[in-house]
Formats: sequence, structure tokens, C-alpha cells
Amino acid sequence: MLEYIRSALSALLANKVRAALTMLGVVIGVLAVTLLVGVGDGARLYIEHTLEGIGANLLFVTPGRRETRGSMAGPRGGNVTRPMTMEDVRALERQGTLIREVTGATQGGGTIKYKDRRRDTLVFGVGAAFPDLRNMHVGVGSFVRQEDVDARRRVAVLGRTVVRELFGDENPLGKSIRIGEARYRVSGIMEEKGASLGMDLDDMVFIPVTSALDLFGTDALGSIMTAAKNKDDVPAAMAEVDDILARRRHGEREVTVQSQDDLLATFGQLTNAMTWMLLAIASISLVVGGIGIMNIMLVSVRERTREIGVRRALGATRSDILWQFLVESMALSVLGGLIGLALGMAIAFAVRHAAPDVPLAVSPWIAMVALSSAVVVGVISGVVPARRAAKLDPVEALRYE
Amino acid sequence: MSEPEPLIVARDLGRTFPMGEEDLRVLRGVSFRIDRGEYVAILGPSGSGKSTLMYLIGCLDTPTEGTLELAGTDVATLTDAELAALRNEVIGFVFQAFNLLPRTTALENVALPLRYAGVSPRERRKRAKEALERVGLGARLDHPPERMSGGERQRVAIARAIVTRPSLLLCDEPTGNLDQRAGREITALFERLNAEDGVTVVLVTHDPLIARRARRNLRVVDGEILYDGPPLDGLPTPAVVEPSASVPPAA
Repeated sequence: MLEYIRSALSALLANKVRAALTMLGVVIGVLAVTLLVGVGDGARLYIEHTLEGIGANLLFVTPGRRETRGSMAGPRGGNVTRPMTMEDVRALERQGTLIREVTGATQGGGTIKYKDRRRDTLVFGVGAAFPDLRNMHVGVGSFVRQEDVDARRRVAVLGRTVVRELFGDENPLGKSIRIGEARYRVSGIMEEKGASLGMDLDDMVFIPVTSALDLFGTDALGSIMTAAKNKDDVPAAMAEVDDILARRRHGEREVTVQSQDDLLATFGQLTNAMTWMLLAIASISLVVGGIGIMNIMLVSVRERTREIGVRRALGATRSDILWQFLVESMALSVLGGLIGLALGMAIAFAVRHAAPDVPLAVSPWIAMVALSSAVVVGVISGVVPARRAAKLDPVEALRYE
Repeated sequence: MSEPEPLIVARDLGRTFPMGEEDLRVLRGVSFRIDRGEYVAILGPSGSGKSTLMYLIGCLDTPTEGTLELAGTDVATLTDAELAALRNEVIGFVFQAFNLLPRTTALENVALPLRYAGVSPRERRKRAKEALERVGLGARLDHPPERMSGGERQRVAIARAIVTRPSLLLCDEPTGNLDQRAGREITALFERLNAEDGVTVVLVTHDPLIARRARRNLRVVDGEILYDGPPLDGLPTPAVVEPSASVPPAA
């Protein structure tokens, strides 16, 4: 085999420009595979990382029943016969044994005004347990407290973006703002959180969930958040939550309980689908590269017809000739693959340094996928020309001009 | 000398090519025997079938009629791989157009048949060097054939042909692309290899000067052997002589 590789390399060296151009197709193909799969992979890691940050053992209860673990967006309204209310939250707080804190939550758009400035932002009605559950903490002042919820107080905790937009350099603590037509007192400012899953977590305002229900003119909560006490208890805690809420609904199971793992699985499906789609796109360019190799190898077999005849006369068997050309096309594609992979890793490295936010990860499995697909391309595009070379009649090959 | 040992035995050899409606019979009823150590020229005008005969002897083609024994083996019984091994071990080819591989050195060209024989790279180098020395090119081992004269190239090709120490040198118009002087040198080389190493030499040629230096001539016309015997003086050779009775009866 070493012999075949050596003679394949010298054959390629004999025609450097052609070999380089032929390789270019595979280089681009493997580069595309490396980078596109790297983007898909990077996105997956990024989402996993983000979801892991939303709070350990988090349970997420939404109205409406879905049997399958599906997308995040539940059928709000839809087949909901009975909304979730603060009563449900209190029931969970009283009866739950496997869960820690509970908070009801509702959200909606709202216009925040301070003096003559205004900003349309997300208004999030939550309870005191929210920071702990979601791992989002107040930076200055205090968050919504339990008594704020109980007394339906009009206090607001602002995200950093909202603070920047409305107050500039001014200290907002204790200041009075308007949400809709109602006045709220600023009690705290959230820690800087950054963007997550395309959402600016600093561009929101937190108010007591009861006040938010008043604001939106409804009793229906958007969701209830709680958390299992132990990681091992997550399934049991989910069942418990489901049971407690069902008891309050005469046995009707009308809510959906999802765990952090469910969300991870949902997003995992999504990013996997994306990765496969990108891989499919990238493989088109690999196929094109392979066709290029096949083309050149067919030309090469024709050009070297007489050489094939001579080799046969000197004692080469059909399989010697077959392997000679097969190894040559594999050498082309593997070299191209290595170059493409090196380029891809270099680009990924450069991107990571220039723009750390762009999710791009080149993992060992991409290297494996890229290289093995290059080998496959080499074999597939080499088989036809190599078989043609091996099948040549030695006499006709020797007579070929 | 001991009893002559047959190297090539052809019995009623024929080769027919399918050509559309009708078949083209290029060779028919060809019988002869060439012993080890002989020096034979096969002559004939172009289209006579002498090249086809050479390809049959060289095991690059298989007869459609009759049998051909090479070194005691009926070639019809051999597989493709066995034929390749036979070409490699028993036969050394020399072509009119040299057919050296470009962009490689003389040494690499000469070593090539040894690669197909499964010889180790080290041993290959050694034997290729010896073969090149034998043809008088010991000083030009690393020259690429492109930078050599025609005579030198043909000598590289001969070195390549003898490197596996074959019994038979099969040469197709070996002087066809050479000038007179280089042609004479190549012919002398064949004679030397024949006389000193006992290699059987079979040349296909239409150069009467070379044919006359062979010890035996086979004249092929229209697919049949019309003359088999010592070279005739007088050019051209018009005589139609009875084929020699040197063919042994079929066993």
C-alpha cells in the first residue's frame, strides 16, 4: 500500500497545478463542512450553556395540556378551559413537598415612562422567588418581595437596558415611573445579564405578579415556575405539581409541566436539525468536489493509457492498476480534506478571537466527519476511473497514441 | 551444448478479431518453436499480423485458436494475475517508442518491474543499478529519460526489460525510432545479452539489416508464416520457402 501511496504522490507532483485545482473542490467542500457544522455545533453548545444557566431543577408550568414534549410556545388559550391563577400558586406552596419556592408569572408588553422619556419593553410580573429560581439577581436595591405581591404594591425592578434608556446617568432608585397609566416606584436594578437566545435579558421590567395581573386586567397567569428540591426528584416533583393542579380542577389535567431537561431536549432537537441541515448543504459542495476529482481522474486515465499498457506489460495486474488510480484519487481528496480542515480550524480560531460572541466550535467529531467524508469522496470518485483503467486491454493501451 | 529446451511452442495459432458483421482473421495456423538461447527476428510488412503475433507471445493477448506454450505452460490456462506474473518473470519487453515513464529517473524506471514482482525497495535499487550498468548507463542512474538521447533511452528500456532476469527479450521494432548508429549499438547490445547471458531474443522488425544479424528469421505475410529459417541474403527476400519442420508434434 505504501508503494501505491508513494507513486500516487509522485503522479500528483508531476502535475502540480492540475492536482491543486482538483483538490480545491474538496478543500472548499471540507471547509464548508467544518465551518457550517461548527456553526451548528457552536449554536448547540451555546444554547445548552444558556439553558443550564436558567436555574437548576427548574419546573415550568404552562396552561393547556400537551402530551408530547414539543416547542416552548404552548397553545396559550386554545384548549384551556380553566386558567392558572394565584390560587394555584398558593396551593402549590401549601401542598408541595418535593418543590422549593413557587412563583406565578405573567408577561406582556408595556410602555415605561419617566419624565418625557418612554420605552416599550417587556413587563414581567413575578413573585419573590423568581431571582432564585431563574438565577437572575438584583444588583442594586431590592427585588419584588413577598409583601409586595400580597399587597399588590406598585414597585418595579428595572433591567440595565431600561435604566440606560430612561435614566441615563441619573440614579433611578426611589424614582417614580409610569407603566401604562399607573405609577410605580423603582425599588431595584437587575444585574447585567446580557442577551440570551436572541432576547435582551436587560430590556425588561419586573413588577409583582399581582400588580401585573391588575395591569393586564386578568386573573390568568402566563406560567408558574417552581423547582424540585433535588435533581433526582425532578420527575416526582413534576408529577406532584401536576397532581396538585389536577386536584384543583376536579381531576382534569389541564396544565403542562416541563423541566429544564425538557427544554434542553426541545432545543437539542432544534439545533440537531439545524446541524444536519447545514451538513447537508455542505455535502453538496463535497459532491461537487468529488465530481471534479472523477472528471480529472477520467482525463488522467485517458492520458496515461499507454503508461497503463506499459505497466501491464511489465507485470502489473488489473488490481495493481485499479489500486494505483484509486489511491491517487484518494490522495487528492484526503490532501484536499486536510487542507480544508486546517483552513477551517484556522478560520474558527480567528473568529473566536475576533468575535467571541459568535458561536463557532470545531470539535474533534467535525474533524472526523470532514476527513472521513473526504475519504469517501475519494473512493467514490476514484472507482469509476480506476475500474476503467483496470479494464483496459493491454494491447490497445500500448497502441494508444 | 545440452539438448535444446523449448521456450515458446506455438501450435496452429490463430487470432480473429470481431469486426462488425465479419470477423477479421489476423493470424491463422501459425506453428513454430523457439528454443532457449535463440536469436530470432520476426519480419513482415505492416498489417501482416507480426505485431499480433508478438502480443500473443508476450501474453498481452490470448489466441482465439490453437495453443501457445511459454516456458512449459499453456497460457490459455492462466488467469489474468498469473499472466501478469508470467510477463513479469519470463518476458522483458522493449518497445519502439521506449515507453519510459516521464518525470522519473532512469533508476526508477528500471526498478518498476521489480515492484510488481514484490521485491523490497532496497533490493530493487541494487538490481536496477546492476541492470543499468549492464547496458552501459551506470553513470546516469538519476537522469530523467527526457534528458537522454534516443539510444540512451532505449538502453534504459532494455535495462528495465532485463532487470527481472527474464528468459525472453521481446522487442517491438527496437531500432525504429533510432538513427543508424544508435540502432547498431542497440543491436550489438542484444547480441551481447544473447551470447553472454543466454537470453532468448525475439525481435519484431521490418529492418532487413537487423533481421540479417539474427540467427533465424520468421517471415509473416497475411497472417501466416511464409518463411522460417536462417536469414537470406539478397534484399528484399522474395523466396517462399517451406516452413521448417521444427515444430514438435502435439503431445
